Amino acid sequence: MYIYDNYDQKMVDERVEQYRDQTQRFLSGDLPAEEFQHLRLRNGLYIQRLAPMLRVNVPYGMLSSKQLRKLAHVARYFDKGYGHFTTRQNMQYNWPKLEEVPDILAELASVEMHAIQSSGNCIRNTTSDQYAGVAVDEIEDSRAYAELIRQWSTFHPEFNWLPRKFKIAVTGSREDRAAVQVHDIGVRLVEKDGKVGLQILAGGGLGRTPVLGSVIKEYLEKEHMLTYIEAILRVYNRYGRRDNKYKARIKILVRAMTAEVFAEKVEQEWLSIKDGPGTLTEAEIARAKSFFTRPAYKALPEESEELTAALKANLAFNAWMTRNVKSHQETGYAIVNLALKETGVAPGDVTDEQMDVIADLADTYSFGELRVTHEQNVTLADVEQANLFSLWEKLCEHGLASPNLGLLTDIICCPGGDYCSLANAKSLPVADAIQRKFDDLDYLHDLGDLDVNISGCMNACGHHHVGNIGILGVDKKGQEFYQVSIGGSASATSSLAKILGPSFAQAEIPEVVGKLVDVYVNNRVEEERFIDTYNRIGIAPFKSSVYAEKA
Amino acid sequence: MTSIIKDKAIIDSPYTIQSVDDADVSVANVILPISVYVENESALTDRSDVGVWLSADDEVEQLTGKLDQLALVALDFPSFGDGRAYSNANILRRKLGYKGEVRAIGDVRRDQLEQMLRCGFDAFQLADGQDIASCVANMKTFSFNYQTSIDRPEPLFRSR
Repeated sequence: MYIYDNYDQKMVDERVEQYRDQTQRFLSGDLPAEEFQHLRLRNGLYIQRLAPMLRVNVPYGMLSSKQLRKLAHVARYFDKGYGHFTTRQNMQYNWPKLEEVPDILAELASVEMHAIQSSGNCIRNTTSDQYAGVAVDEIEDSRAYAELIRQWSTFHPEFNWLPRKFKIAVTGSREDRAAVQVHDIGVRLVEKDGKVGLQILAGGGLGRTPVLGSVIKEYLEKEHMLTYIEAILRVYNRYGRRDNKYKARIKILVRAMTAEVFAEKVEQEWLSIKDGPGTLTEAEIARAKSFFTRPAYKALPEESEELTAALKANLAFNAWMTRNVKSHQETGYAIVNLALKETGVAPGDVTDEQMDVIADLADTYSFGELRVTHEQNVTLADVEQANLFSLWEKLCEHGLASPNLGLLTDIICCPGGDYCSLANAKSLPVADAIQRKFDDLDYLHDLGDLDVNISGCMNACGHHHVGNIGILGVDKKGQEFYQVSIGGSASATSSLAKILGPSFAQAEIPEVVGKLVDVYVNNRVEEERFIDTYNRIGIAPFKSSVYAEKA
Repeated sequence: MTSIIKDKAIIDSPYTIQSVDDADVSVANVILPISVYVENESALTDRSDVGVWLSADDEVEQLTGKLDQLALVALDFPSFGDGRAYSNANILRRKLGYKGEVRAIGDVRRDQLEQMLRCGFDAFQLADGQDIASCVANMKTFSFNYQTSIDRPEPLFRSR
């Protein structure tokens, strides 16, 4: 993974001291609250319903075991002993003290981590595919490009005060695990005439007005990546709306201009900086790539006898293996997903103790590295197949072996009204109630791939628009209600979910999900997934089943 | 005289900024709204004490061909959270090749000065309530920058 040199370290250290000074000036009354608000947001600190919330960047989801131990340490000493992995591959702490945040940042800086631009109207953490470098369908490892964008966007002087937040995602695989179509900018590594270049999308996003991004550049040579992104940002910074925060995202600008006109404007701006000093050099691309080389894999047989025996002997292990373990580029290795979706625990929540355990497991089984996924899970990317059973046994001891990856109970969920001051409604109890209703693992496995995504408000942190079943908390005259939509997908062929109809009370939601699932089960043919059945039969049968008795 | 920061030092500026509504082109040492300047351009070309200011809504490209006549160009920050003037300064320096004074006016505060410097501003007329001495003493936090900028066009990666 990427390792800081003196330049990277110095910048992060200087940022800690700058932020310490800003905090002190705020506490002493020199810095007005409304000004400090914007400065602290650019360092990931929100003031939430109950306490401040600090969001720490995990660039494109990559963590070393050492970094994870530091996150555990921060949870233990500065928070209540747990953290929360977000849908943007970051870590959030819900109970830090405002005056201690500079010390937390200093701790993080000691392991090459920071909270720079993790909130505010600026360029946020760059996200990517959690299987980068190991995915079987990979064109090229996306992490070097994500890192180049991370560096370029860090303290960009021109783009720190944008109309609205700005999110960039990069993918290097055919299957899109980074949801690039619902980002402000999506970067896809693509192959053309045997050469790998970039395809650029702009104007995607969730929130109040969900939109899939448009391709504005079919093929761009890699050296132009940063100048082209700069051109997009300049057009957006100048012309994006600032009069209404709900219309300020780039998706609104692209739609108002049309994708063609927007692309033309970007092209014109780009031509004025193309081949200038911001153009990436071959040496710089090679330098970035040098950090993401393949670890020292052993030459292993295609099939592990230990694994075959364990799969026969242990049904629970077999079930976990089927759902949570994915194929790897390297013979004899596997990708292991730890679903942080134990019923009774908020999705994405992880205790300090679990973090230490995961760090130890990463050291023992996966070259000391791990990845955070946008589904709020953790991935150990390089596990020898022969070691899968012993790893699974250890995961079981620590509540980390939920065999529900991608299943209905692997719910993506924002912190919602329990924590977030923006939320209209709670989301965690809804997730919990659904997980409790669907507690029969055999049935869940029979249902197969089914994404349930829950957001507590329009801001869509729980990505409800791209859930096969999406649930959105809404406020109806001071009461918490839930709008249900179906048919969304965050895969390579992204689609946005359609609203089913009138909203429901919280207590009704598990039953509604149950009815939707029944319609699927009664209509599916062969190997159809929920989303396939929906695409074939449409929304009507689901609608009539859910609203039948009400009508 | 107004105290401003210019080239990282505190100086007195003789210039006064005029609004669109009560602009008086006959005053000496004046910074006029661009619209007023354009209306009176033929009468002003001989003077060397006239600058213009642009709001964040104004297109900076309209200064093309006029820059040689101007004493300075001021770009307005309607609030410190409105970042359009950063891009305007970039275009003014890079595309239009302007070498004269680019002054930040409006809601100009200490914690944004370094970003403004990097985008091509070299003069700062601070918002009310800002302590000019502490501003000038704290303009620079960072020793290095990753990306290309007006003050340092070579990005870090070219010297790594």
